[in-house]
Amino acid sequence: MDLIWLIPLLPALGAAVNGLVGIRFFSKRTAGLVACTLMGAAFALSLWAFWGLLDLPAEGREHTVRVAPWMSSLPLQLSDGAIGTFDIPWGFRLDPLSAMMILVVTGIGFLIHIYSIGYMHGEPRGAYARFFAYLNLFVFFMLMLVLGDNFVVMFVGWEGVGLCSYLLIGYYYTKKSASDAGKKAFIVNRIGDWGFIIGMFLIFTTFGSLDFRTVANAAATMPVETAGFGVVSLITLLLFVGATGKSAQIPLFVWLPDAMEGPTPVSALIHAATMVTAGVYMVGRNAVLFSHAPETMQIVAIVGVATAFLAATIGLVQNDIKRVLAYSTVSQLGFMFIAMGVGAFAAGAFHLMTHAFFKALLFLCSGSVIHAMGGEQDMRRMGGLRKYLPVTFVTMMVGTLAISGIFPLSGFFSKDEILLKAFLSNKIIWGFAVVAALMTAFYMFRLMSMTFFGGYRGPAWETGGAHGHAAAGHGHGGASPAVAGGGHGAKSAVAGGGEGGWHGPHESPKSMTYPLFALALGAMLAGFVGIPAALGGGNAIEHFLEPSFVAHAVVAEHPTALAPSEAKTLSESASVPESKGEASSEGGAHISWLGEIGLMAFSVFIGALGIFVAWRFYVKAPEIADNLARRWAGAHRVLSNKYYVDEIYDATFIAGTMASARGLWTFDARVVDGAVNGTGWLTMISAWFSHLIDKYVVDGTVNLVGAVLEESSFVLRRVQSGLVQNYALFMLFGVFAFVSVYLFMR
Amino acid sequence: MVDAVAFYVLAALILGFGALVITAKSTVHSVLFLVADFLCVAALYVTLQAQFLAVIQVMVYAGGIVVLYLFVVMLVNLKRPPEVHSDPRRLGRLGVVMSVAVLVELVAIFALGWSKPEVTGGGGLSPKNVEQLGRLLYQDYLIPFEVASVLLLVAMIGAIVLAKREL
Amino acid sequence: MITTTHYMVLSAGLFTLGLLGVMTRRNIIIILMSIELMLNAVNINFIAFSYQLQNPIGQVFAVFVIVVAAAEAAVGLGIILAFYRNKETINIDEMSLMRW
Repeated sequence: MDLIWLIPLLPALGAAVNGLVGIRFFSKRTAGLVACTLMGAAFALSLWAFWGLLDLPAEGREHTVRVAPWMSSLPLQLSDGAIGTFDIPWGFRLDPLSAMMILVVTGIGFLIHIYSIGYMHGEPRGAYARFFAYLNLFVFFMLMLVLGDNFVVMFVGWEGVGLCSYLLIGYYYTKKSASDAGKKAFIVNRIGDWGFIIGMFLIFTTFGSLDFRTVANAAATMPVETAGFGVVSLITLLLFVGATGKSAQIPLFVWLPDAMEGPTPVSALIHAATMVTAGVYMVGRNAVLFSHAPETMQIVAIVGVATAFLAATIGLVQNDIKRVLAYSTVSQLGFMFIAMGVGAFAAGAFHLMTHAFFKALLFLCSGSVIHAMGGEQDMRRMGGLRKYLPVTFVTMMVGTLAISGIFPLSGFFSKDEILLKAFLSNKIIWGFAVVAALMTAFYMFRLMSMTFFGGYRGPAWETGGAHGHAAAGHGHGGASPAVAGGGHGAKSAVAGGGEGGWHGPHESPKSMTYPLFALALGAMLAGFVGIPAALGGGNAIEHFLEPSFVAHAVVAEHPTALAPSEAKTLSESASVPESKGEASSEGGAHISWLGEIGLMAFSVFIGALGIFVAWRFYVKAPEIADNLARRWAGAHRVLSNKYYVDEIYDATFIAGTMASARGLWTFDARVVDGAVNGTGWLTMISAWFSHLIDKYVVDGTVNLVGAVLEESSFVLRRVQSGLVQNYALFMLFGVFAFVSVYLFMR
Repeated sequence: MVDAVAFYVLAALILGFGALVITAKSTVHSVLFLVADFLCVAALYVTLQAQFLAVIQVMVYAGGIVVLYLFVVMLVNLKRPPEVHSDPRRLGRLGVVMSVAVLVELVAIFALGWSKPEVTGGGGLSPKNVEQLGRLLYQDYLIPFEVASVLLLVAMIGAIVLAKREL
Repeated sequence: MITTTHYMVLSAGLFTLGLLGVMTRRNIIIILMSIELMLNAVNINFIAFSYQLQNPIGQVFAVFVIVVAAAEAAVGLGIILAFYRNKETINIDEMSLMRW
């Protein structure tokens, strides 16, 4: 476990090698091999570290490794006037939460790397290596984020994943919409980061340290801020602003749908499984702080449920397969924040894990579909693909069932846990969450129906034509030459693009389907680590994650100061399931075992209802959907245009910023440059005056002296008349003067 | 009494002849008046117990220098009066004024008795004037004496060089 | 009573006469003679003081004055002759070559 610093370093090495050497020299095989091998090694290391962590007793599951000092011992003043020391080492901490995260990141990352080998095959050699370099770089930063033991190291990862998101979204940089989307993602992220940074400043001035453990312990000694808005509430609110940017919550979610411009593996890794969950992770990491700020928790839960609801409504009417999944991601992230907001930190983290599995699965399957359709992403031009893409169909169905919360797939367990905690905390939130879950099931199955069921609505293709294949001679694993168009996310069908004609939808190569299998397996089984007590399980994951959400220095005698339920778990052993379910809400509400079972059944029912309605609308009688669209045309238009959020932002913030930028430019050009030019003019004018002075005064004086001498010489030379007697007279003058002086001196 | 008369007579003669020297029209007349002037001065020296000097005065001045002047006057044998035209730039009248002014001031100084020399011991004038002077010249003031003779030699050579005709 | 002052006044008068001659006359020979007058005036002064102070040194000096006067008269007349041979004039106003 002392080598946990190696886990982020291996992908970093891959990024460096591929980036510096691979883009120029490596073949596609080598680049892919380097990246995937290092990812695999990182995954193996993560497993090993996890194993080592399990060996430790439950209360002491924490291992910190300080690799090197970074910013050491700067004395800075704190808010209470004392002088604190600003000491930031390069430190990594392995505890249950970070262990879970590194497994998710490296495991799913590894599968996605393998998938990308096949998916990105149509790219030119240099671009291929560039992709893997960026992908590895992303994993490196993400691992830094989750392994960091203080805010600053986490922030390095935080910023880094934002950067890699930009690089990867804008991977097809020659396409304007892609580069615009990359910029949008980065800029919106940055707005969130502003809040995060201010939060960090406040944390330091309040607690005197930026180390997670120190801050948590210090915060645990402070009273819970139930009345009004204190400093901890402010801190957590600012941190949450950062989370809204990174995890695409209201109001900063606008970048995620546009981020679908990037290649599908990018969407799967970054915008489903890992980067967007960074916000959730951060809130979980600071659970102690958040528990002490009920106002902020309220805000978090409300924002989460609003986002979940809003995104789900938009997803109902989207036609691009990746857009649906993007809004679904935003919606599911909302669910995670609901969990965090009501204090069910472990439930939120659990949903994070299961969501990573099935969302990545869904994205990769959609990538497979897009690849098969030669780049087509509009579902209206698909249909009936299940006979052409059987593997994809099955795995995608698994993912859809999981996200809809059908028992016993993973999504059921995690989503149900959230709904339970929400029910116990705030019935209104629970209500909206349930509606959002219903809509989730609906639009996911709508997606399945439009893609895999019904009649084929896509473009025709030429059958046969082996000459195209042979002549091209590419070693793609059975993929058609039209793959060249597949990677570019073109909306329109590329019939006849590439070396030969498109030969119709076909299943993806093994490099792409094997990860689908693995992920489907995960989606099916991952839930079993969190079987709740009501169903007889031990809710292992919640126990496992508990220690990450509490302050260790606080003893059980101060129950009010602790995050819910943690105090009891510290003193007791980790296997008391009943108390978990009960004490998990802030309000201390209880629910009977029957009630819990009833809720579970209700959520399954909701999921099934959604699926059934979607089946009716899109498989059995597609005209119902069209009729509804016509009847509610206005609403349909609003939803299709995603509530015009982008347009509103454009008109207000963007226009305002541009206007102020123009204003500043004018100021710079007129005032600043004007001042500079003005001094130039002043210098010229003073130079002209100097010239005048020099020419007339200075030179004039010199000339005057000369002129005076000249004139006086005209007068004085008459003395030299040549007349001796005149000279004698002058001598007499002198004598006379001497005698006069003698006379008058006496 | 006699001294006074002698003095006044001689003074009048000196001044009169002097005035005549500077105002005579003819150059030869000026020279002659100069001779008379020198002789009167020599007489004055005699009254002042400076007999040797009186003789020197007659021999050198009246006998040598004046003769020299006469020779030159004769050599410069002018047909026309020498003072015909004058340069308009000369300040003649101013010269007169200044000279008179100086005279007046000097007389004022003397009359008011502001330049009385102090009586210093001198050892006295002896009646053996020549012997006394001779002793002084050849003992105490030998070097100035010799220098004076060299001066005369140089002046003689100079005068010859200046005045000789081209050969 | 004839005091030294009388001699000094006489000497001053003679000196002034010589000065007038130098200032006024255009004949260069007359000018040289006027200079002789001035030298004589000085001699009178020396002798008078010698008599008053009973110091023969005045007379010694007067001897030297006479020597120098003689030398100067000789050289001066030589110059006049040289000039006369060149310019046929003894009018001092015409001897103004050294003018601007």
